[in-house]
Amino acid sequence: MSTDAPAPRGDLVPAASLIPADAPFPKAAKVALGMPQLRANLAHATGTIRAKRAKVAGELDDWERLRDTAAAVKADVQRRLPELAVQFEANATAAGAVVHWARDAAEANAIAARLVREAGADEVVKVKSMATQEIELNEHFEAEGLKAFETDLAELIVQLAEDKPSHILVPAIHYNRTEIRDIFDRRMGDAPAGLTDDPAALAEAARLHLRRRFLSAKAAVSGANFAVAETGSLVVVESEGNGRMCLTMPETLISIVGIEKLLPSFADLEVFMQLLPRSSTGERMNPYTSVWTGVREGDGPQNVHVILLDNGRTGVLADEVGRQALSCIRCSACLNVCPVYERTGGHAYGHVYPGPIGAILAPQLEPGRHDDLPYASSLCGACYEVCPVKINIPEVLVHLRQQGPHAAGERAAMGAAEAVMARPRLWRTALRAARFGAMPWRRKGYMRRLPWPGSKWTVSRNLPVPPKESFRDWWKERDR
Amino acid sequence: MKRVALFITCVNDALFPETPKAVVRILERLGYDVDFPTAQTCCGQMHANSGYRRDAATLARAFDDVFGGYDAIVTPSGSCAAMARDQYPHLTGSAIGQRVHELSEFLIDVAGVEDVGAVFPHTVTYHPTCHGTRALGLGDKPLRLLRAVGGIDLIDLPAADQCCGFGGTFALKNSEVSSAMLADKCANAAGTGAEYLAAADNSCLTHIGGGTSRSGGPRPIHYAEILASTA
Repeated sequence: MSTDAPAPRGDLVPAASLIPADAPFPKAAKVALGMPQLRANLAHATGTIRAKRAKVAGELDDWERLRDTAAAVKADVQRRLPELAVQFEANATAAGAVVHWARDAAEANAIAARLVREAGADEVVKVKSMATQEIELNEHFEAEGLKAFETDLAELIVQLAEDKPSHILVPAIHYNRTEIRDIFDRRMGDAPAGLTDDPAALAEAARLHLRRRFLSAKAAVSGANFAVAETGSLVVVESEGNGRMCLTMPETLISIVGIEKLLPSFADLEVFMQLLPRSSTGERMNPYTSVWTGVREGDGPQNVHVILLDNGRTGVLADEVGRQALSCIRCSACLNVCPVYERTGGHAYGHVYPGPIGAILAPQLEPGRHDDLPYASSLCGACYEVCPVKINIPEVLVHLRQQGPHAAGERAAMGAAEAVMARPRLWRTALRAARFGAMPWRRKGYMRRLPWPGSKWTVSRNLPVPPKESFRDWWKERDR
Repeated sequence: MKRVALFITCVNDALFPETPKAVVRILERLGYDVDFPTAQTCCGQMHANSGYRRDAATLARAFDDVFGGYDAIVTPSGSCAAMARDQYPHLTGSAIGQRVHELSEFLIDVAGVEDVGAVFPHTVTYHPTCHGTRALGLGDKPLRLLRAVGGIDLIDLPAADQCCGFGGTFALKNSEVSSAMLADKCANAAGTGAEYLAAADNSCLTHIGGGTSRSGGPRPIHYAEILASTA
């Protein structure tokens, strides 16, 4: 479509270009922490969603039992994944869909690109999908001379800004409405003159812009929130109606679905459709839930394709502790309550899945990379508390830390500490030495500046000085 | 007389003798015979949470050796109690954590008391530490004990359930993020105008106090020391 008239290029600087994606988390986080507008936007948005979630989750008496049930269903899926995937394929095929299997991102992208060409199209409209973000489908399409247009409002904002999503559910969470107005004004091409930052005006501008795309698109690409093995159905959960347009209007529909999205039976949806909206957007009921099973003649897309995506998932499945990460339903509740995510945003994580779930998923999906992410947590446990499928994120974080690798210096320091702590007499001697060594500071009460690595502490905090008399001295004295 | 073992934790062993002394005073006031096994060192949490599983397992086994003979082990740390209860079964298969009680759990669930006869005529705000609250499920037990203290004026801490940013080696490895979390905690604590900020873990209090001693705000105090105060 030629509505992409040259837009005036202003001084829009995408956040993702400022926060180095390949830098270790602490470095990237430091950059994000130094961006006051980004931090204000994040704190406001996460605070709002957090409160909404807490309110609506608290309304259900059986919330904890729903969580237990969802966790049990997902654990069952993980035990029977090969069987369920084949069952899904058989039922979807019988209903008229074509099922493809993709080992990795390259295979999935190649299949999708081929299908778009076979449909006689050179562009697609897209439903918001984390799987396609994960395999970088848009970038691959661009390299192949195909265009992928995001139709979810927030994804559209991010795409127009030439930025990267910073949140699983709310990819433009790092922008406020004034920034969004500027992005539309300069990049949309057909934004109405005199566009204000009134949310309704912004939504209307996006709506008009997208309407033209929906009407002309020959093919659409989606993900799926759930894939039901028993019926061969796919389910997309969205709240803008853009997904429904993509799923029903074009002749060809290509859905890229991670194999962990399988559910055994249709009835299982009853559990997840209660948990997901309340956990993600803080809504009691989801506005647009689309369910489709293969092809229905004369109604909706007549060429329905499903690409089942592995891309590291079977590797995760092999780890008995780590595999619970595959239970994730991408609600983002863990991001919204995470004190680390709230302050850094998603870009600092350097992966499409940020926040607590990203910290356990990214290093497992791409072994050997993102080794710094399991440490991007204070292990406060707020994520586990809200997770609708009860992924014990702190447990997996510690598990992944225990896989290593560890820096030699740290390894030596930890070994020395263990050697002392495992020998009570040596431990007592060490404590006595510390009390003696601390004498010069005792009058001040605090140590204010320490050499590295202690400087990492004293950069913002004082360290108390060991006392003159230990508890042990006191105990010995009163024992007499 | 009822006998209990006291696990003071390595942090208190090194830095804060007043907290375990307070625990001894409270328990003895309630008629318990407190035993302090001197061979105790550390529960191994720092090693486990930093990814040094083997070292942590060695320390967990040592904990078992030292405390194995006691029916009840009391500790003034939600975090260390959670370590024994949640992680030992995976590390060494030990179930000793079932006998390790954080002080407020012991007082309310085992001893069956909420009013320990303390008097503390000061303004206090309470920070529910993460491991105590979430891993151990302490709920409002420490607060219930504090509410029964004579003369105390408890002030709510805004955003109390947010982590202070300590997280063990997290404070060093992700120093900047940790410091940003601490700054918010300190500002919220200072905003209460309280004289003291109480909590169930001296490691978190070291962190918060390390911040408030620079930026101003309430003095950190382990809630056991409040419970041990008398008129």
